[in-house]
Amino acid sequence: MMLVLIVGEVKRCKSHSPTIFSGGKHMQKTLKKYFPIFVIPTLLAFTIAFIIPFIMGVYLSFAKFTTVTNSTWVGLDNYIKIFTINNDFINALWFTVKFTFVSVITVNVIAFILAKLLTRGIKGTNLFRTIFFMPNLIGGIVLGYIWQILINGILLNFGVTLTFDPKYGFWGLVFLMNWQMIGYMMVIYIAGLQNISEDLLEAASIDGASSWQLLRKITLPLIASSITICTFLTLSNSFKLFDQNLALTGGAPQRQTTMLALDIYDTFYGRTGYQGVGQAKAVIFFILVGLIAYVQLRVSRSREVES
Amino acid sequence: MKMNILLKRVSAIVLTAAMVAGITACATTTTATTTAAETTGAAVTTAKATTADTTAAAKAGKVYFLNFKPEQDAAYQAIAKQYTESTGIPVTVVTAASGTYEQTLMSEIAKTDAPTIFQINGPVGYASWKDYCADLSGSEIYGHLTDKSLAITDGTGVYGIPFAIEGYGIIYNNAIMTKYFATTAPKATSMDQINNFATLKAVVEDMQSKAKELGIKGVFSSTSLASGEDWRWQTHLLNVPLYYEFKDNKIDLGSADGTKTIKFQNSANFQNIFDLYLNNSVTKPALLGTVSVNDSMAEFALGQSAMVQNGNWAYGQISTVAGNTVKPEDVKFMPIYTGMTGEESQGLCIGTENYFCINNKAPAEDQKASLDFLTWLYTSAEGKAAVVSQLGFIAPFDTFSDTEKPTDPLAQDMLAWSSKTGITSVAWNFTIFPSQTFKDNVGAALLTYAQGQMTWDEVSKLVVDQWAAEKANTAS
Repeated sequence: MMLVLIVGEVKRCKSHSPTIFSGGKHMQKTLKKYFPIFVIPTLLAFTIAFIIPFIMGVYLSFAKFTTVTNSTWVGLDNYIKIFTINNDFINALWFTVKFTFVSVITVNVIAFILAKLLTRGIKGTNLFRTIFFMPNLIGGIVLGYIWQILINGILLNFGVTLTFDPKYGFWGLVFLMNWQMIGYMMVIYIAGLQNISEDLLEAASIDGASSWQLLRKITLPLIASSITICTFLTLSNSFKLFDQNLALTGGAPQRQTTMLALDIYDTFYGRTGYQGVGQAKAVIFFILVGLIAYVQLRVSRSREVES
Repeated sequence: MKMNILLKRVSAIVLTAAMVAGITACATTTTATTTAAETTGAAVTTAKATTADTTAAAKAGKVYFLNFKPEQDAAYQAIAKQYTESTGIPVTVVTAASGTYEQTLMSEIAKTDAPTIFQINGPVGYASWKDYCADLSGSEIYGHLTDKSLAITDGTGVYGIPFAIEGYGIIYNNAIMTKYFATTAPKATSMDQINNFATLKAVVEDMQSKAKELGIKGVFSSTSLASGEDWRWQTHLLNVPLYYEFKDNKIDLGSADGTKTIKFQNSANFQNIFDLYLNNSVTKPALLGTVSVNDSMAEFALGQSAMVQNGNWAYGQISTVAGNTVKPEDVKFMPIYTGMTGEESQGLCIGTENYFCINNKAPAEDQKASLDFLTWLYTSAEGKAAVVSQLGFIAPFDTFSDTEKPTDPLAQDMLAWSSKTGITSVAWNFTIFPSQTFKDNVGAALLTYAQGQMTWDEVSKLVVDQWAAEKANTAS
């Protein structure tokens, strides 16, 4: 209790520094003046590159078309076809959900553990951080093909390949996702951990808190904003995974490792006249991603505390 | 709090900077393109000025050809340059990356400067692009087509004209075969004796048992079944049993009703040859899910295998593999025997899935310029020389004499097969296969079968069901 009060006092003192206050006001005025100059280019670009294509995309999901400039309205036909022609979409959705669930947990837990280890000041910390971060700089397609060769190299010893069983593909994808995302999430967690004042942890341990209590009661609440960002990024990235899926398994065997984005792609290009159905799947996909991200943000935001 | 505000500001500034940078980048590229366009425009003007006397009245168009085959990109670029130099008509050739032609065409054709010449792969491709295909029935180039039945027609109109005849079968390495014929108690003593499935099977299995002696790892190159690499089986091999089915049942391939469903009555024949490929191969069947066509062709080129199923286009691949041990004169074709009665008179699978179309939405002068370009390419002396030597096409036009044919060993052998008396070539009926989804699903089933997780009966049933389902899905 004492501790919290003290910290509160310190914070309050800091934020009432008069110079910064007036500086902020002045800055705001200037910002207002230059607002259009800064925002209009961005807004234009956003409209051209995002809003217009988005509206067109939604329209096209209700149309039959070969090229985007030449379409005929068919109403809900495309949406009905998604569920009537075959179960591909539902299968892909289910596979994606399972994949996302597993990888969000593994990526975040491992990234957090690494971040903890690499904020202890062990020798070579910077080197390790760089190495763990590096996979993130390689493109998904390249990673997919590299890991396909590596995983197949291991599986070959058992006389099988990645395409032998969907579970190989599943765990292959989870592994790949972890390998690629952990470094990035680790950096975010490191930033969060470094923001926690040493005094807090020291005071708590003097008060007799165990290391588990330190983690549970101090560290985790204080890095809640990092957790929000990391879960959001991993969740949406896992759900939208495409390159890695295409390169690692391509959906084999028999579309059993096809995720939503790949299924949309296959629908769009796999059959004459089904571009609209692919588009409709994409709209549903958008709504799903939006919903999940919204719910997740609401839930983890509510856990955040101001430090 | 202070920290937060500061963070927000910094990120806002960074974002703005990024956006501005993005816009500048866009702007730069746009400028670059405009400049390029201007330059070509200027070039055209000068070119026009020189030929002003002859084409004073006619407005010269321009040609934009969207090419399907990446391996021929360099040749097309050279041809386009040559044509532009001699006529002043600008010709742009853009090549879609391997396996992305449909995607590229979809986005390119929606642009203002859309391709004026594009390619379709047959009736199924035509169904997708018919709104864009101009009627070519009155064109000069159509008049030169030797076999008019090869063109894509709809009613009285002609919408796609084939420009290259190709053939596939089993490519074999004659040096290894000769070595085999000299071993003790061979099952055949010359290639002529291998003219049906029974003999082929006996020979292949005997060769496999003598693999060490012959210095090969397996008789056949790996049956590539990785996704996107399975077209040699789900399209080309499947064509053989279905060709017989359509022929024996006298199905009219032009009618939509006749091909709504298939019986797959020659399923056992497909299994015959497919099992032979799987069991006498460089790679164990369970490991085929990662093998690509390139891998298979490399195995053949390196002399690790004696046979591989592929077409005459593959010669380029065989000859360019580093460490290639196969001599050009040893690369030969034989038909794909599957155990059909009377297959002794069966030839290679010869046909085309390369048709060019003229974009009917392009300005009239561009359409005319495009047709002129194609006519030049396939009728003039320079054009024909380029087709034969640079593109390596066997062109189906009467303007090509017998001496004007490509000289690579597979093209030569294919021509030899098609002129043998008493031999009937197998037509390319896979151009009416229902959809890419059908082919992909069959390919996936073949992989599952190779891995021993599906019985042949299940594969057969899937082929029949998927055919019906995909025909129904793509109807309407």
